[in-house]
Amino acid sequence: MIRVVLPYHLRNLARLDGEVQFEVESPVTVLSVLDALEARYPVLRGTIRDHDTLKRRPFVRFFACKEDLSLEPPETPLPEAVVNGTEPFLIVGAMAGG
Amino acid sequence: MGTVRVLVGTKKGAFILTADGKRQTWEVSGPHFAGWEMYHLKGCPVDSNRIYASQTSGWFGQIIQRSDDGGKTWNPPGTKPEDLMGPDGMPKGQSNMFVYEGEAGTHKWYDGTQHPWEFKRVWHLEPSLTDPDTVYAGAEDAAIFKSTDGGKSWKEMAGLRAAKGNLWQPGAGGMAVHTIILDPKNANRIYVAISAAGAFRTDDGGKTWKPINRGLKSQYELPDPDAEVGHCVHRMAMHPSRPGVLFMQKHWDVLRTDNAGDQWNEVSGNLPTDFGFPIDVHAHEPETIYVVPITSDSLHYPPDGKLRVYRSKTGGNEWEALTKGLPQKDCYVNVLRDAMAVDSLEPCGVYFGTTGGQVYGSADGGNSWNPIVRDLPAVYSVEVQTLP
Repeated sequence: MIRVVLPYHLRNLARLDGEVQFEVESPVTVLSVLDALEARYPVLRGTIRDHDTLKRRPFVRFFACKEDLSLEPPETPLPEAVVNGTEPFLIVGAMAGG
Repeated sequence: MGTVRVLVGTKKGAFILTADGKRQTWEVSGPHFAGWEMYHLKGCPVDSNRIYASQTSGWFGQIIQRSDDGGKTWNPPGTKPEDLMGPDGMPKGQSNMFVYEGEAGTHKWYDGTQHPWEFKRVWHLEPSLTDPDTVYAGAEDAAIFKSTDGGKSWKEMAGLRAAKGNLWQPGAGGMAVHTIILDPKNANRIYVAISAAGAFRTDDGGKTWKPINRGLKSQYELPDPDAEVGHCVHRMAMHPSRPGVLFMQKHWDVLRTDNAGDQWNEVSGNLPTDFGFPIDVHAHEPETIYVVPITSDSLHYPPDGKLRVYRSKTGGNEWEALTKGLPQKDCYVNVLRDAMAVDSLEPCGVYFGTTGGQVYGSADGGNSWNPIVRDLPAVYSVEVQTLP
């Protein structure tokens, strides 16, 4: 079971109270997690990555297991702790301003 | 007597202000979409319960929201179960998908070089006058999109950018289609305005567009003050009974045209300054217009710290200051281009919002004003629905 934590505004947009949990077939990658997330919550399409190119939006970052995975290729396998649900996959709004 | 619903877009959410026909006591609901930039909300002329809203974020991009119950509940269009899956099994989720037609191309950048077209956000939504499922979106970078399925999907009307788009350039706030005016007597005619490109008109339903900027002079902004495109038009307004007559607040200068934009003439007259952003027309008097003079392009606040609406009952040139109820000292707010609107009650109500978070209303055509709310986030847009 993959656990995904969304930033405040995207949780509100998708009408979620807490983290999201769902199954993803192996290999579990940033790409496959985002595909599965958007399949469940289509309102999130275009908010995390571009509709067409699927490139990550510039002010969105991906963290897991205390590592910044934002710049990793989307097909990179996620850490085992994320795959087995011990650690969440964090989608984060980049720090900006104040 | 009727009621009034004022739709307010702000830097940190949307608010809906409602009152009966006396317009003395107001109820405030919101913030809707708290924390998001709400560029614009507008109701459908043919279905007052349907309201479209543009919700944006520098982090998460563009969202289109729609209410079908007068603003009580909202959904991004196309989120019903039957809408969700496309032919490839993936969710459609296309209500926020704004893609330029063909090769996006380039436009002029601030320094005069060419810069690629990039979609950033929707500044303005203009619902059809006849069909609640048809709505137009004015975008930054400047383009017009059309939806015929209630906002579920959007298609660019690319003929607009073919009107010398490579010569358009951004104003200080970006390069956006901020004004869309539908001709109530000619379904094929639409006007748009862009900062800083100018005014444009289509007479064939949006296939082709032509610049309508003859008479505009921009001697401090353009190397050729009379250029065909490149002018920083801030806002245009029209009275529905006279769709060939338009009023314009340009970067500097207030102008009017009596022939659908083929020729513009300056009507700044005795205004204390002819710089400003909004302009609007009285609901029942087509020659009565309103502007809010702002000191200059370098000083975006009212002259002398006095917030004054100016009204002309002669279609321009002769202006009177409207001050009753407005702060006449130490006021340094701005009024943005989409932040003024009128209702169609009798007498006509006039409303505007400020970057200081006030929304002022007048229930007597501008003779006197009252703050409906004082402490909202910076107001981006104000629209009014007059309800039976």
